[in-house]
Amino acid sequence: MSDTVIETSFAKDTGPAVVRAEHLGLTFPTGDGDVVALSDVNLTINKGDFVSFIGPSGCGKTTFLRTIADLEKPTSGTLTINGMSAEEARRARAYGYVFQAPALYPWRTIEKNIALPLEIMGYAPAQQAERIKRTMDLVNLSGFEKKYPWQLSGGMQQRASIARALAFDADLLLMDEPFGALDEIVRDHLNSELLKLWDRTQKTICFVTHSIPEAVYLSTKIVVMSPRPGRVTDVIESTLPRERPLDIRETPEFLAIAARVRDGLRAGHSYDGEHV
Amino acid sequence: MTRILPVLTILLAILLFWYAMAVHMNAPWQTTLNTRADLTEVPFTTFAQQTWAQDKPVLPAPHQVITEIWNATVALELSSKRSLAYHGWITLSATLLGFAFGTALGVLLAVAIIHNDASDRSLMPWIIASQTIPILAVAPMVVVGLGAVGLTGLVPKALISMYLSFFPVVVGMVKGLRSPENIQLDLMRTYDASPWQVFWKLRWPAAMPFLFASMKVGIAISLIGAVVAELSNASGGGLGVRLLTGSYNGQTVQIWAALFIAAGLAAILVALVGSAERLVNRRMGARA
Repeated sequence: MSDTVIETSFAKDTGPAVVRAEHLGLTFPTGDGDVVALSDVNLTINKGDFVSFIGPSGCGKTTFLRTIADLEKPTSGTLTINGMSAEEARRARAYGYVFQAPALYPWRTIEKNIALPLEIMGYAPAQQAERIKRTMDLVNLSGFEKKYPWQLSGGMQQRASIARALAFDADLLLMDEPFGALDEIVRDHLNSELLKLWDRTQKTICFVTHSIPEAVYLSTKIVVMSPRPGRVTDVIESTLPRERPLDIRETPEFLAIAARVRDGLRAGHSYDGEHV
Repeated sequence: MTRILPVLTILLAILLFWYAMAVHMNAPWQTTLNTRADLTEVPFTTFAQQTWAQDKPVLPAPHQVITEIWNATVALELSSKRSLAYHGWITLSATLLGFAFGTALGVLLAVAIIHNDASDRSLMPWIIASQTIPILAVAPMVVVGLGAVGLTGLVPKALISMYLSFFPVVVGMVKGLRSPENIQLDLMRTYDASPWQVFWKLRWPAAMPFLFASMKVGIAISLIGAVVAELSNASGGGLGVRLLTGSYNGQTVQIWAALFIAAGLAAILVALVGSAERLVNRRMGARA
């Protein structure tokens, strides 16, 4: 854990801070002692960043995302989102959250699922229709408006859940292993679609994954985490261009970043005896 | 055909068994009758037919029950005090009113229980205890007690139906309203949805399958509640009263006819709830 690495990475950042965590800690009390899910996390995420959180299970990457979303309360340190507290940010609907599972409501059609946040936030019907159309176009789901979730493949369902998170105008998109349950071919496809979407919408994206290629391919910044206690071990600024065709994954530059991520994971001593 | 054949086979087996048991159970009395009438050497086929045609048989034959049902419904004026259609209607109206009360009460209690820890702990034991009291003991007290304060007729019976039918609805709806997964609830939290919105947009639709399963049980026991309540008030009419007078007078055929009408009503009511369920399922996009 070296603050200096992170501080130097701050220096290269350009946009204003969207998420700023300082000495953030979160401890879960359990029956047999406390579990330190997050320990002294210092991180700044700037506007327009695509940040991946990578690490083995138990490293706190999902917990950190949930803390940003005010789904978990930190037990120490400070956390601000757009200059607000996490709770204020949630109440201001500052982010869209994409879960590991699509979590579509099975009794709603796809368009009605996307309408769900809009209904809750009180958008007028005409605005709802316009936003549903726009976001469904954005995730290439046009034509499936009237389908029920079970009529769609897993990849399409997850795209619908991304559309739902994009439907209202949150500038921050929090994604918790959204493609973890999908096969590699679908995943590649959705990864490149997600990059295009990020480029078009200029959103700030926080993306949890345990796939090194996925993290390197997508991110402008890779946060490497390790468990027991959950902490940040390395923050890597990607030198890859914004425009990334799928075959960028064969370039030496890409492989060099992937190697550094792998080193960071190994340094965390997370898998005793297991390979990373 | 593949669905109707097993049903018909079972029905046929039941009928055969029933006729056989009718011979067996009515035989002692028929033998006595025949001895009195100095009838000896009665061939078995004749004897069997005699046992199926007694006035007050121990076990009436199916055709006797069906004839009685026909005579007491289609062949009678609706206004007749002996019409099973008339009595069936009295029971049905109490059943439906009690079922409506019971479902409403059950849903309200379930909503209170899931939204409030204190009511969860304080209400649930009483709700369970309420069902351990034999309804046969409670019904007369309620009917007579309410009669004493001038409340007679439909409502006391409906209250007994409600007493029985709210229970499956509470239990089912508590489970149903709690059925949304954490991830679905978290989603609502990220939208900063109000408790009201979480209820109507998530908990209520998620509970629908549980509601219908509970209502199917609830409507059948509503009918039982209404019949039991009628036993306590012979002047009010209803299928329960027909059962009671039938047993006073040894009119077994009348008892069985009333039983069959009650069972038929219950089957129709459960089927109606089932159709409502299918209708709702279709509107909620369930797999065909």
